[in-house]
Parts: sequence; structure tokens; C-alpha cells
Amino acid sequence: MLNLLSIITFTPAIAAAILAFFLRGEDEAAQQNAKWVALVATLATFAASLILLVGFDPQDTGFQFVEEHEWIMGFTYKMGVDGISILFVMLTTFLMPITIGACWNVTHRVKEYMIAFLLLETLMIGVFTALDLVLFYLFFEAGLIPMFLIIGIWGGKDRIYAAFKFFLYTFLGSVLMLVAMIAMYVDAGTTDIPTLLNHQFSTETISLAGWQIIGGMQTLLWLAFFASFAVKMPMWPVHTWLPDAHVQAPTAGSVILAAVLLKMGGYGFLRFSLPMFPVASDIFAPLVLWLSAIAIVYTSLVALMQEDMKKLIAYSSVAHMGFVTMGIFAANQQGLDGAIFQMISHGFISGALFLAVGVIYDRMHTREIAAYGGLINRMPVYAAVFLLFTMANVGLPGTSGFVGEFLTFVAVFQVNTWVAFFAATGVILSAGYALWLFRRVVMGEMIKESLKSIKDMDRREKLLIAPLVAMTLILGVYPAFVTDIISPSVAALVDGHTLALQAHEAASQLAQN
Amino acid sequence: MIGADLYTALPEIVLALYAMAALMVGVYGGKDKLAEPILWATAGLMVLLALFVGSKGLEVVTAFNGMYIADAFAHFTKMIILISAAVVMIMGQSYMVARGLLKFEYPILIALSVVGMMLMVSSGDLIALYMGLELQSLALYVVATMNRDSTRSTEAGLKYFILGALASGLLLYGASLTYGYAGTTLFAGIISTISEDGMSIGLLMGLAFMLAGLAFKVSAVPFHMWTPDVYEGAPTPVTAFFATAPKVAAMALIARVVHEAFGVVPGDWSQIIAFLAIASMFVGAIAAIGQRNIKRLMAYSSISHMGFALVGLAAGTAQGVQGMLVYMAIYVTMNIGVFAFILTMSRDGKPVTDIDNLRQYSKGEPLRALALLILMFSLAGVPPLLGFFGKFYVLWAAVQAGLTWLAVGGVIASVIGAFYYLRIVYYMYFGEETEPLDRVRAPVQATLLVAAAAIMVLGVINLFGVESAAALAANALVR
Repeated sequence: MLNLLSIITFTPAIAAAILAFFLRGEDEAAQQNAKWVALVATLATFAASLILLVGFDPQDTGFQFVEEHEWIMGFTYKMGVDGISILFVMLTTFLMPITIGACWNVTHRVKEYMIAFLLLETLMIGVFTALDLVLFYLFFEAGLIPMFLIIGIWGGKDRIYAAFKFFLYTFLGSVLMLVAMIAMYVDAGTTDIPTLLNHQFSTETISLAGWQIIGGMQTLLWLAFFASFAVKMPMWPVHTWLPDAHVQAPTAGSVILAAVLLKMGGYGFLRFSLPMFPVASDIFAPLVLWLSAIAIVYTSLVALMQEDMKKLIAYSSVAHMGFVTMGIFAANQQGLDGAIFQMISHGFISGALFLAVGVIYDRMHTREIAAYGGLINRMPVYAAVFLLFTMANVGLPGTSGFVGEFLTFVAVFQVNTWVAFFAATGVILSAGYALWLFRRVVMGEMIKESLKSIKDMDRREKLLIAPLVAMTLILGVYPAFVTDIISPSVAALVDGHTLALQAHEAASQLAQN
Repeated sequence: MIGADLYTALPEIVLALYAMAALMVGVYGGKDKLAEPILWATAGLMVLLALFVGSKGLEVVTAFNGMYIADAFAHFTKMIILISAAVVMIMGQSYMVARGLLKFEYPILIALSVVGMMLMVSSGDLIALYMGLELQSLALYVVATMNRDSTRSTEAGLKYFILGALASGLLLYGASLTYGYAGTTLFAGIISTISEDGMSIGLLMGLAFMLAGLAFKVSAVPFHMWTPDVYEGAPTPVTAFFATAPKVAAMALIARVVHEAFGVVPGDWSQIIAFLAIASMFVGAIAAIGQRNIKRLMAYSSISHMGFALVGLAAGTAQGVQGMLVYMAIYVTMNIGVFAFILTMSRDGKPVTDIDNLRQYSKGEPLRALALLILMFSLAGVPPLLGFFGKFYVLWAAVQAGLTWLAVGGVIASVIGAFYYLRIVYYMYFGEETEPLDRVRAPVQATLLVAAAAIMVLGVINLFGVESAAALAANALVR
């Protein structure tokens, strides 16, 4: 299977093309066909990615399944996965069939909806498999187009504002990264990521318009990449696009946004910022750690006061992403393991939470927390599922949410105790908002007249959420499923990072003497 | 030797002779009844000439004592000019016929202006440069007023003429200064004077004035004021023409002048061009936000795009010129697609240009809406569409030349610009429904629209080989 990665990446795109060119009509049957084509394509992609997982050798810390072809301007079409990226590919392919299932009730422009999601899947997988800077940027940015349309066409009431904000925010972040990529290309003469990982970017202090820039070129490049990934993550204080986008996006869009698109920022930090600019990463690590701590505490507080369920979960996502950046910039084995684990687990948990909100939104057409209450009386299954994911969101031991948070705490405690302290208060706050949400929506007497006839989850909804329940519990009980795959690559990354820092230290000592 | 000289300039001579002959045929053979055959013949001839030019070798041939240069750079830009002119004429034909604007002079004037453009990109001398530029401009002034019963159109033509004459004056003044201080009008002579005696202040003034005059032709800020009015006032097919071939010719002419005549002192002109570039990118991006008229919007969009192309030139390297050429090729393709669409915009048989009319266009015409969506994202420079690669090229050249600040400015301007391209997408896909546009069949326009969009998508594979051709062209110019 020489082209396995290309097959995985482009299967959804091919399905999208088939839908675009061969499916005609707007009637019921055509809509069903579109959904089935999309479902089969995403399932086939998932099946292909399982082959990838089976064939993957975790002990090999290099890139595997590499494909390389010449492209324009000296770029290459190069794909490959290592221990860091493979699970993100798996996460994407695993969640896509569920996402498609989540839009089974959509009746507005179904064909286009399916095409948008299929294209988005191709672009998301491409981000995680691309081994060429420009190819990466292509996938990274192109994802904005389908997401812009998904929010804009199928979104809620204020969808236009949200779609524009989403697009322009992330676009602005990314174009600075583009300039940095060009500068890297000029400096290193190649856009090949494995080569760039071994390229030393200059750390000599340069002065720019009277400012002394310590860390020189690395610092500037790091900042440009940070602008992009921090927005994508999103980190406080550039997170404000996320609640808008989440609230206005349709359920399936929210699931993908929270579960996969946010992970691109974290993946970017792991793939580019940390290994390519180790010195600059070290310089900025305290800043990022503190930003993360602020994000965790601040957004948890904001989440407490939300009246819209989706907004609450969106803010809680920002807080959880705070753990991820905290882990990454602690830059030790536990931190990176924890960050990746947290991202994977958050993919399942937040995806499930948005699905859960979608379930009652489909019935009541409101996301106001105040419109609900006492659902447990008529929806026992739903209440159980919601409880599980609320607990996972809080980070209860036994669920996957715990492992990631715990590892990042261990990591950051070694680096900066105060950050760990403040971040820990965030955990208490997260228990506060999550349990309070559960209390207001699910528990209590059912007093609202409008809820009296609400029905429990149907078979489709149970089928959709079951795999997420399973994953959350399995990873919570046996996290080695994930850590076995990522640890060797993470260890290599950490070693490389430490060595680079030591070398820099030695060099600057030498310069001083 | 005159025979060889004439052969070298054969494409221009053939087109000029054809234009004169067609004029005779038109005048004596039935006037506007012949307009359509003449238009088709002109377009056909241009395509043939493009093929002929494209088949020429890579060697540099000069004619008329160095006043005319035929090299890979000239051939590349001539091909773009000829093909885009032919395509724009064909695509505007039905529009002109439907509105009674198709006079037999139209294709002839276009042909004459194309002769001027071809002369511009081949000029090796200030006199030849001015001749080509004026031939091009004079024909365009007339074409702008094609709709002579409309005050808008005549106003556009007059405005264009007066401001254009001013720019020509500036250029001429700069040229005379240059001649005075260099003692020759030949580019080769100017550059050897500079490399021997250095850049005198008089030459610098000459260069600055010439660049100002040329900046007017590419509608670079601060010489852009005419663009929105002329774009809006001129009949749409004419606007489409303004947006494509003349821009390529003028941009190529700037490259020609700065590299052939002033190539040894890149520092002196690169900062002027860098200023024009950054100002154009920002003004084009910001001023377009308030526009409701799609033609005015495209005018500002072209100002912004010219800014990006100038970023390539500001680099002052072969990569920069290559980037500029790739950018222009992509820009022309995108604009042909968008204007093909604008030509089909009508309500109750009348052309409309307000972007409000696009509300929910995707419901009635999903394919065309999708094509326009792709073109808009491409104009905004979102990957993986070709517009992104054009930007990447020029930014790459700028960073390589140490103009990182210019690249950063450029990308920020592109974000601002993205807003109004997105707004068109927003109207088409998520705007509230209003009375839809007429459903016109317009097979030619629809084909061009979809083809341009397809090129934007499929070009990601290898840019259709434009890259290597542009590299050859750039290396012919920058030595």
C-alpha cells in the first residue's frame, strides 16, 4: 500500500466530486442518496485508516508511509505520519461517519452539505499528513472555505456575523504564518518538513527598528506561527471567534469544529513551533504557560455564566485547550503525552457534548439552558449519556478526560508550580459549570409544559453516541492505547528539544567567555 | 537588413495592417452589419498571432537598431495580451449586440490598442515605448466612450482621456529628462551610461516621472483615481478589457523599463515601486469595502491586485519578475471569469451591477454560483486556488529580496480584501431571498466562467506549466 495516505486523504474528496457531478435533484430520494454516499465514503476512509493504524510501527520515530512526488516551485507533494500525527488522522476518520450521521435530519441543501463535509474531511486529514510546508498550509487554510460555508449556509440566526468572524480571524492569523513559511523556505532552501525539523534557524539577536530581538529569526518565526495556531487553538485572548462560531454552526459543524479543527493548532505547535524553533519556544514558554492558566480560569468563569448550552461548551473547550498548550510548552514527556492525549480525548468528549446538545435542540429548537429541566424523567438514556460526558468533561478518573489533565498537571508542576496551582483551580471551576449545567438541564422536576412530550434518544442517536461512550471509557481505563503509540515519537521530540536547548546554552556561554 | 527587422516585428505589422484593412472593409462594406464578422476575424487573428508568437524561440532578437526587442519576456506577455483580448472580445459580443453597442470600429480599435500593447512590451527605446503607449491609450479612450448615448460612458472616456493625457505628459517629461542626462533614448544606452557614470540626479528624476506615468496605466495608488469611474462608466465588455490586457502590458512595460534601462541601480526604483505596491494593496483593499457596484468593486480589486504584482517587481530580481508574470497570468484568468459573470447579470433584460442582486443566486444557478465562489476565494488568495500561488510567488520574491515588511503588509491587506470577496459569496449563498436575476442562457459567458473556475482549482497540480515559461521570460529580461 504505497499510496495509503493519499487514498485516505482523498477518498472523501472523490466522493464529494461524485456527489457534485452525478447526483441530480432535490427530492427525498436524492437527499437520502447524498447522505448514504457520504456515510459510505467516510466509513471507507475510516476502514482505510485502520489499515494505517495496524501497519504503523510505534517504535519507529521517523515518518512512515511516506509518499513523495515533485510539485511546482520546488515544493513536493509529500505525505507521511509519525506517532504524533497518526492519532489525529484516526480521530478525524473516526468522527466523520458520526458527524455525517448527525446531519441525517437536515433537509436544506443536503447535497451541498455533504460535499462540504467530505471536502472538509480531506482537508483535515491533509493537515495531519502533509510533510511539506506549503502543502500543509494549503490544507490548513483551505479548510476555512467549507467551514465558512457550513456556518454561513446551515447555521443559526446570527450565522453571517459568526461566519465572517471565523473566517477573517483565522485568515489573519494564518497569513502571518505564510510569511514565516516563506522566510523559512528562503532560509533553508526547502519546504520539506523532515529536513526543516533538522534545520537550525538562526538565534542570533537581531535589531529591528530599534528593538533588540533575543532569539533573532527563531523568535520572529515562532511569533508568526503562534499568531496562527493561537487563533486556531484558540488561546485566550484570541478565542472570541470560537463561541460565536460554535453557537451559530449546525450541530455537525460544531462537532467537527470542536473535535478536529481546534486540534490543528495544537498539532501545529507540536509539529512546527516546538521542534523547529526550540530556543524561541523556550523563551516564550512562560508566556504561553501563563496565558494557558488565564485561559483555564477565565474561560471557566465565563462558562459558569452562560445561558446558551453550546456557548458554555465552547468556553469549556477553550479551557480544555488551555491544558493542551500548557502541556505542550511544559516541553517534557508527560506534558506532550498529556497534551496529545487531552486533544484526542477532548475530540471525543466535546464532539459527544455537542451531539448531546444537538439531540435536545432537534426536539425543542432552543439551546437556552433555562428552557430545559428535569429531562431525566422522560429521557433516562439521554441523562445517563449526558452525565457520562459531563463527568468526562470535568476530568473524572475513569474517563479519558482525567488522563490528559493529570499528565499535563504533572508536567507543568515540574516547570512552574504557580501555573499548575492556578490551572488546578480551573478544574474545580469546570466541575462547577459542568455539574450546574447538568443540574439545570437534566435533573429536577419536569415543570415546563413544552417538555412534557419530549422523547428519549432514538436508535440513530444512540448509535452515533455509542462509539464515543466506548472510546471515552476505554481511554479512561486503559490510556496506554494512546500513549504506546505516541510516546516514542514524543520522547524523540523531547530529546531533540532538550539537545537543541543545551547546544544553544553552550554556544551562548562560549560567546560570553 | 530592413527585411529581417520587419520579419522580427511581423506580428505587430500583420495586426496593424489587418486593422487598417478591416477599417476599409467596414467603412465601404456596410458599416455595423459587418461588425460581427470583423469581431470574429479579429479574435481569430489574435489567437493565430498568439500561437505564432508562442512558437518563437528563446533567442533575443532586436530590430530597428535596438528599438524593438523580441525576447522570451515579450513573447510571454504578448501571448497573454493577445489571448485575453480575443477572449474578452468574444465574451462581450452578445452583450454588445443585445444593447446595440457593437459598432464595427470596436474590434478594430481593440486590435489597434493591442498593437500598441505589443509594441510596449517589445520596446527597447523611450520613443518606441511612448509610441506604443499612446497607440494603446488613444484607442482605449475611444473604446471607453463606446456607448456614446450614455453620459456615464462619455464621462468615463473623458475622465480617462484627461487623466491619461496628464500621465502621458509626466511620462514624456521623465523620458526627456532621461534623454537629456543619458544622451540616448535607447534602454541599452541608458543602462551603459548609468553603469559608467553612475546614477545622476537628473536620471533619478526622469525615472521617477516615468514610473509615475506608468503607475497611472496600471492604476497603482496614488494614480488610481480614474479606475473606479472608468470601470463603472464604460460598457461592461470594455471594462473587462480594461481590467485584463492593458494591465498586463503596462506591468510588463514597467518591468522592461526598470530592468533594461535602470537594471544596475535596483535600489533607486525598488523603493518607489515598493511604495506604490503597499499603497495599492491597502487602498484597493480598504476602499472596496464600501462599494456596492460590482464593477467599482472589481476596479478596487484590480488596484489591490496590481499592488501585489508590483510587490514582485519591487524585489528587483528574476524571481520577482517571474512572480509578477505568473501573478498577471492568474489575475487575467480570474478577471475574465468574473467579468464573464458580470456580463450575464441582468434583470428584466437590463444590465444590473449592484451586488445586492446576487442574493441567493446559488438557488437558481448552482453551477455558476459555485464557479463564482471559487473565483472569489481565488481572488482573495485562499489556498488551494491559483490566486494563492500568485500571491505566494510575489511574496516569496519579496522575502528573498529582503522586503519582508512588504510581504507582511501584503498579507494583511489580503485579509482586509478577503472581506469584500466573502461578501459576494455571502450574498450568493446566505443572503435573504429577493427577486432573482434573469436566467439568461449565455453559453459563452457561462463556459468561460466555469472554465476560469476550473483552472483555479486544477491549476494546483502544476500551474499548467506557466511557471517554467514565466521563468524563461524573466531570465530573458533580468540578466
